[in-house]
Amino acid sequence: MTPGDRRWFDKLLTIDRRWIFALMAIFVVIPAVFSFRVPVAVSTEVRVIHEFMEKLQPQQVVQIALDYDPSTLAELQPMAEAILRQAFAKNARVIVTTLSQFGPAMVDELITRVAGECEKTHGVDYTFLGYKPYPAITILAMGTDYRVPFPTDYYGTPVDEIPMMEDIHNFSDVVAVVSLTGGNVADFWIQYGNAKYGVPLALGVTGVMASDYYPYLQSGQIFGLIPGVKGAAEYEQLVDRPGDAARGMPYQVMSHALILVFMVIANIGYIARQRSLRQAKR
Amino acid sequence: MKLQIPIFIVFITGIIMIVQFFIPHEVSEFVFTYANDFVIVVGIMALPLGIYSLMKNTASKARREKGSEAFFALVTIAGFLIMVAGGLSRDNFTNPESILALMFQNVLVPAQSTLFSMLAFYIASAAYRAFRIRTWLATVLLVTAFVIMLRIVPLPEPLATWNGELVRWILSVPNMAAKRAIIIGVGLGAVAYSMKIILGIERGYMGGDR
Amino acid sequence: MDPTWTTLAWQGFAALITLAIFSFLFSDNPFYKFAERLWVGVSTGYWTMLLYHQGFRDKVWLPILERGEWYYIFPVLLGIIMWLRLSPKLAWLSRYALAFFVGISTGVFIPLAFKTSVFLQVEGTIRPVEGSWAGVNFTLAILGIICSLVYFFFSKPHKGLLGVMSKTGIYTLMIGFGAGFGLTVMGRVALLVQRVLFLRDYFVSLWGSIV
Repeated sequence: MTPGDRRWFDKLLTIDRRWIFALMAIFVVIPAVFSFRVPVAVSTEVRVIHEFMEKLQPQQVVQIALDYDPSTLAELQPMAEAILRQAFAKNARVIVTTLSQFGPAMVDELITRVAGECEKTHGVDYTFLGYKPYPAITILAMGTDYRVPFPTDYYGTPVDEIPMMEDIHNFSDVVAVVSLTGGNVADFWIQYGNAKYGVPLALGVTGVMASDYYPYLQSGQIFGLIPGVKGAAEYEQLVDRPGDAARGMPYQVMSHALILVFMVIANIGYIARQRSLRQAKR
Repeated sequence: MKLQIPIFIVFITGIIMIVQFFIPHEVSEFVFTYANDFVIVVGIMALPLGIYSLMKNTASKARREKGSEAFFALVTIAGFLIMVAGGLSRDNFTNPESILALMFQNVLVPAQSTLFSMLAFYIASAAYRAFRIRTWLATVLLVTAFVIMLRIVPLPEPLATWNGELVRWILSVPNMAAKRAIIIGVGLGAVAYSMKIILGIERGYMGGDR
Repeated sequence: MDPTWTTLAWQGFAALITLAIFSFLFSDNPFYKFAERLWVGVSTGYWTMLLYHQGFRDKVWLPILERGEWYYIFPVLLGIIMWLRLSPKLAWLSRYALAFFVGISTGVFIPLAFKTSVFLQVEGTIRPVEGSWAGVNFTLAILGIICSLVYFFFSKPHKGLLGVMSKTGIYTLMIGFGAGFGLTVMGRVALLVQRVLFLRDYFVSLWGSIV
């Protein structure tokens, strides 16, 4: 086929992908200049977690497992911050763990900052137990006694010397585990945490994984699900404290709108080409 | 004997742990607790093997290669050594002014986040160049994805409410059904594969017969 | 609080790393390679020291040497034996350590995987059907689950009733994959948005410090 034979749909369908990258870069930057508010409708699976946390009594213990790393920070840290603030506002005691090898520094920064703003004391109101490898085995070990996988906390203090941990031994002493994760740690929590020990479990997951966990929601293996950054924005709305997720929604809108347009245009070109080929055959 | 004894160990330990699941006695619980503790320690001692292999390969690349490849290998080694030196004291993990924390916040976090964020561009490119309604199946997939993505875009009422309800229905009915079937299928397959490992039929994890 | 010049310098380095990696979208180049290789070294070094403090010190050094729990010697020795994989002559010994690890992990996995992925999922499917729209949806879900499972059943040819069920199953699966793709787009874009916000915030604070 000579260049002269290329029709508009051929040019449309074989565009250099760097033009697509360039358009994407432009569209995603537009809200930085022209910002706008995006209404967020709250879904049931997110509201359930919020209502559970709202019903926490003072001194009840909840475990928040921040099992994410820098590659999933954008989606999971906003929900982590919202949930932590809510737990502290209810004066619940919080056990924080991380099963992601690049998580500890981020989790330490987050919890230190949020606890400082909420005037909470480490060892009394919350404890950060740190990281251990092999998530599946660590979860199983936590179910027998936190001291088995975590003889010390993240800062090196023996767990037996932490005032808050005096009457906390395993999952039967916590009201629930909320795991925020971007990998297969969610499956480990369901399989080893909930199935083995029956601990009530809620998950916050990335968009990539979210659709895979609705069966567990329906069967009751998890009682709530925060799906991706939109779920995080819903949670921020429920706690009435817009954060990074709400801030990122206008950018999401522009990117999604562009990709939807791409899908439509590309298929219009495809249909036109198929029609042209059929006519050429006749 | 080099293969038979390890396979026998796998069989015995595997059967003990399966049987233990069904016995709610304190001896059984002790076995379970100790076995988990045991495995964590074995794993902790073995994990540096991967780190050693990576750094050994990088060091030999730095020696063997010429020009830019040698330089980039040295960059990797330099980054590794800076973090090792910076992490010798446990306090540096919690001190935001330490070189360890600064390198983590200003190299590891932006690099890893950015590497994964490039997927947004590739997914846009895939949506344009690969997503075609070639068959009815592809059309169903594309229309479903379109409806789900439309949820993010602010639509006028009543379109917003209809789309929201449709997305809720898609996620909790057909999506749930599809994913449940996959979970059951994968679960059965994983259990079958694990039984093959315990019974010694599957031996790939042992490596070649030397 | 205004950032200090040291903070701005470090954040500037982070911004340069970000832009260097984004440059790969145009083409592979030395700036991208530098950022990527530095990331590999830094992440490996960080994890090494984290493993040392949170793993080795907490679970090996302290229990054995400070608490006198000598029974930890056995798993430590097994872990060290795993290193013999590197020796061509003695690599076979590492299989003994691996055998304990694989046997225990697999034995724990089997009953829990069966319970999680099969029993509880089937239990979630076998529930009373209400006489309402929820009941209609639940019935549709049951049909979708059965048809999707039939699609993966290859012991009989997909003809007749089995063929119809299999076709329904594949369409159900396609809806599931479409839902997954739609949510994946949101997830991937979120990562990009976070980087854009970081760059925007950095250049705004840099401009604010200069002006």
